[in-house]
Amino acid sequence: MKNLWLFLVRYNAFFLFILFFVFSIVLVVRNNNYQRASFFNSSNAVVGSYFKKINSWKAYLALADDNQKLLEENALLRKQLQGFLAIDTNSQIQLIDSIEIDRYDFTVATVINNSIHQKSNYITLDKGSSHGVHANMGVITSNGIVGIVENVSKNFSTVRSLLHPDIRISVSLDSVSDAFGSLVWGNNIDSRYAMVRDIPNHVKAYVGQPIFTSGYSTLFPKGIKVGHVIEPEVVSGESFKEIRILLTTDFSKLHHVYIVKDKLAEEKVSLEALNKDNE
Amino acid sequence: MNNNLISNIIRFLILIFIQVGLFKNMGYYSLATPFPYILFILLLPIGLSNFMLFVIALLTGLTVDAFYDSVGVHAAACVALAWFRIFFHRITLDIDAQESLNTPSWGNMGFKWFGTYVVLSTLAHHIVLFFVEVFSFKNFLNTLSSIVLSSVFTIVLIFIIGIVTYRRKSRLAS
Repeated sequence: MKNLWLFLVRYNAFFLFILFFVFSIVLVVRNNNYQRASFFNSSNAVVGSYFKKINSWKAYLALADDNQKLLEENALLRKQLQGFLAIDTNSQIQLIDSIEIDRYDFTVATVINNSIHQKSNYITLDKGSSHGVHANMGVITSNGIVGIVENVSKNFSTVRSLLHPDIRISVSLDSVSDAFGSLVWGNNIDSRYAMVRDIPNHVKAYVGQPIFTSGYSTLFPKGIKVGHVIEPEVVSGESFKEIRILLTTDFSKLHHVYIVKDKLAEEKVSLEALNKDNE
Repeated sequence: MNNNLISNIIRFLILIFIQVGLFKNMGYYSLATPFPYILFILLLPIGLSNFMLFVIALLTGLTVDAFYDSVGVHAAACVALAWFRIFFHRITLDIDAQESLNTPSWGNMGFKWFGTYVVLSTLAHHIVLFFVEVFSFKNFLNTLSSIVLSSVFTIVLIFIIGIVTYRRKSRLAS
């Protein structure tokens, strides 16, 4: 007994190491499996408010860029508005689907923490459950998509960025054609590029072709531009091919984003859940 | 002793703030990311008991994890670093030095000892960090290059911090 005790004391550093290391690994594995809202993440109040403070200083550096972006967006909206005004309503009877008109709500949020250099990147926003945000909502910016809300606290929410190995978003190759695939980050190194997988081989893609969201999920409205094709065929010889695209979202300069709220999401999800029951 | 405690707390706060406010946004794609916050664990008093050292290392790791949204990854790496630190001190310092509560800084220990200490400790920390983060031996070369490049980045930053805060005191080891 005494010898055992001496042994433990002699090598206490090793045993303590095993103890603490196993504890950490358990934390890692548990977090990976369940992705549950845990205390130790950046939607917690202390960490969130620290990032908010830092961000309030950093915002000044990005003012010029932001103004430019807002101006461009204004110009685009004005152009679309002009298009509507020009329609001669006398010439034909207009049928407008009133459900589609205000199906989506957009909440403006500010990015208060962002990462692009990790293997799994997350973004923290300054809107939380008290602003009507909840998990599994899409996040977009004025010129592309950003990610999906993962955890929500009262005033903050964390977003799983597109630059995350476990994210898949349904996209279509053209706003009209029905060829669709899933968008993944893929190469895990560069924040500017992503891959579109599971495109059938017979579909021809060309360099510069725009990629849009398909609208099949409840996360993003149909027809948001995601990026442009730069390498039409990365894998060939199989029945599906991969396409490398250049993202329109500049993840290194994210500042203002919109959280998409789909009012029909619940209805669609519960209807689709019926199908699974019948299988 | 009291003085030592306060300076360690201040060092902790400053290093963590710089890490999550500045160094988190630096990097060469995702290949090289610097983690100079480990300097805090390296500079804890030499005579600290093993248990205390592990507890402090774990808490430091969890704090950084909170900002990186990576529960447990940095904690595991910091615990491994603490173990390496105990091992390194045991084989390089004599008994008197091991008992004292001095800070194992550049000024106290001399460049040769401090340099070896920083380089080896950083490698130990980064190897555990990146392998726990990836959690597999797939893309082994990719992980390995991340480890080497990030270590170089971290070591350079730690030496820069060392130069800025250099104060020569009595030599404990040469």
